[in-house]
Amino acid sequence: MTDLAIEAENLSKQYRLGLVGTGSLSHDINRWWAKFRGKPDPYLKVGETNDRSQSGTSEYVWALRDIHFEVKRGEVLGIIGRNGAGKSTLLKILSRVTAPTTGTVKVKGRIASLLEVGTGFHPELTGRENIYLNGAINGMTKAEVTRKLDEIVDFSGCERYIDTPVKRYSSGMIVRLGFAVAAHLEPEILIVDEVLAVGDAEFQKKCIGKMQDVAGRGRTVLFVSHNMSSITQLCKDGVVLSNGIIEVPKCNIKEAVNFYIKEYLTSGISSATYLDQWQTYTTEFSIESIMINNKSSGSVFLSENNGAIIIDFAVESPKKISVELELRLYDAKGDHIAFYSPGRFYNNYNEI
Amino acid sequence: MSLSVPENKSDWDFVIQPGKGLFDLQLKELWRYRDLITLLVRRDFVSKFKQTILGPAWFVIQPLLSTIMFTIVFGNIAQLSTDGLPKMLFYLSGNVLWLYFSGCLTMCSTTFIDNAHLFGKVYFPRLVVPVSIVISQALTLALQFVFFLCFMGYFIFTGAEVRPNACILLFPILFLLMAGMSLGLGIIFSSLTTKYRDMRFLLDFGIRLLMFATTAIYPLSSIPEKYRLFILSNPMTPIIEAFRYGFMGQGSFSWAYLGYSAGFTVIVLLIGMVMFTRIERTFMDTV
Repeated sequence: MTDLAIEAENLSKQYRLGLVGTGSLSHDINRWWAKFRGKPDPYLKVGETNDRSQSGTSEYVWALRDIHFEVKRGEVLGIIGRNGAGKSTLLKILSRVTAPTTGTVKVKGRIASLLEVGTGFHPELTGRENIYLNGAINGMTKAEVTRKLDEIVDFSGCERYIDTPVKRYSSGMIVRLGFAVAAHLEPEILIVDEVLAVGDAEFQKKCIGKMQDVAGRGRTVLFVSHNMSSITQLCKDGVVLSNGIIEVPKCNIKEAVNFYIKEYLTSGISSATYLDQWQTYTTEFSIESIMINNKSSGSVFLSENNGAIIIDFAVESPKKISVELELRLYDAKGDHIAFYSPGRFYNNYNEI
Repeated sequence: MSLSVPENKSDWDFVIQPGKGLFDLQLKELWRYRDLITLLVRRDFVSKFKQTILGPAWFVIQPLLSTIMFTIVFGNIAQLSTDGLPKMLFYLSGNVLWLYFSGCLTMCSTTFIDNAHLFGKVYFPRLVVPVSIVISQALTLALQFVFFLCFMGYFIFTGAEVRPNACILLFPILFLLMAGMSLGLGIIFSSLTTKYRDMRFLLDFGIRLLMFATTAIYPLSSIPEKYRLFILSNPMTPIIEAFRYGFMGQGSFSWAYLGYSAGFTVIVLLIGMVMFTRIERTFMDTV
C-alpha cells in the first residue's frame, strides 16, 4: 500500500456529444430535477462505448468506463491505444484538469503534467520572463525557478534569445524552452502526453535522455505516445486502452506493444510481416530459415538492438548458383524506407 | 477539481473524485500559488503597453479623456450639479472608481472562456486568474489615483472648495469593497457563462447601463427622493459617495449605506467562490 503512487478505482468519464443549446438545457433541467428529488443522474445509465467510427443512438458516450489500475512508486508506465481510446481523458483526470464522472483516483506525491509544452507562454514576454511564468503555472515557486534558471536556459539551448520576446522565436525554439522548463519541474509523478513528437532529432534525443534520467531516479512516470520505439525505450510496463476500457492490463511493455501492433497496426498489411511467414517463388533454390536479430518467429523490435539489424538466412540450392542480394525495408504503412544492395556475390560465397 | 483530505493522511496526498463539499474553497492552495499570482499580475501589467511609445501614460490618458468628455457633456451641456465641486475633479473621481470596478468585472467574467486553453492543459487553482486580474487592475487604479491626487492638489492650491477630511482614511476599505465586489460578481458571471453564453450579453450592456444608475456622473444629493433608493441600491453608489466625501468634503456619506455595500460584497464573494469552485471541476467539458 505504501508503495503505490496512483490508485484508480471505478474511474469513468462520460461526455455528451453534439452542440450545447436548448437540447442540452432540457437535459440539464432533468438532471437538476432528479438531483432535487434525491435520485441519481438519469443520464448516467445511458451512454455507449466510445467508438468514434461507429454511429450510435445515444448522445452520451463513455470516454472511460470503470477503469482500475495501480501505479507503484518509481514505475514507468506506458499507455497505448488508438486515437479516441481514452488516453488523453485519463491523463486529464490524473492531472486534475477535469473531474471524473464516477470513481476515484488516489494520488501520493506532487504531479506535474506535460500535456503540452510551453503552456501559458505569453508572446510579448521575453524567454526569461516566460520561464518564470511557465514554471509557476506548473507549480514551481519563484525561488525554485531562480535556482534552476541557468540549467533551464542551458538545456533549452536558446541562451542567445533569452531576453527577446518569445514571439520572435522559431516554433522549435518555443518547444525547446517549454520542455526545458518541464524537464526541471522535479515532481514525484510526471505525466507526459506525446510532447516528444516535436523538436529536431537532437532535441528529441535529449528529451528522451532526460526522461530516462527522471525515471531512473525513482520517479513515477506515465507516458502516452504513438511512437512505439520511444515508448519501449522509456517504459518498463504498459497498458493498452481501447474504447474507454483497459484492453490489456498492466504487463511488460513489450507484450503490450506487441499486442497493439498485432491488433491495430498490422490489420492493413499482409501476413508476410511475420518472420515465420516467408515464401519462395523459385525452384532453383529454397530458403531454409531467416533470422532477424536472432529471432526466427513472431515479430522483432528493431529498437531493442539499438537500431542495428542483423539478418541471418540459410539458402539451399541443388547446384552452384550465383546470388544477388537486395534488401528493401518498408514501414507499416507500406512506405519504402530503406534499400540495401551489396551487389553480386562471388562464387566462393554462394556455394552452399 | 475536487480535492479532499483523505481519511488516512499518511497514505495519500490527495484524492480525485467527482463531487465535493460546498465550501471546499481551497484557499490554502491559492496561497501556495501566490508566486503565480504575482507573475500573472506582472505579465498583465508589462504586456499591456508593450510596443507603445507613451506606455503607462495611457493609464492616465484614458480617464483624463473621458473626464473631459463628461465635463463637456454632463457638466456644461446638460448642466448637471456637481455639489459645488470643480467639475473636472468631480467627474475624474467618479470615472476612476467606476473604471476600476467595471474593468475588474468584465475581465473576471471571462476567466473560463479566455483561459480555456490554459486550463485544459495544466492544473492550478483557477481562482488564481481572477485574483490576479483584480490586483493588476489595482495597479492601474493606483496610478490613476496618484493622478487624481495631483489634480486635487492643484484645485486646493487655486483655492477651490475642496475640503478633505478624516473619512479619507476609509479609502483602503473602499478599495477592498470594490475589489471584493467586482471579483465576486465577476466569478459569478464567469461560472454562469461557461456552458450557456447568454449572460455575457447581459453583462456587456448591463455594465454600461449600471454606470448611469450610480453616482459617477451626478451627486446623490441631486436625486429626487423617489429615485434615491433605486440609485442607492447600486452597491457602488455608497462607495463613490464616501470617496467624494472623504477627499473633497461633498457627498452623502453614511455608515448605513456603506454597511449595505459591505454586506453585498461579502454575500457576492461567498456565492461567487462556491459557484466558481463547483464549476471549475468540469467546465472543460462544457466550455
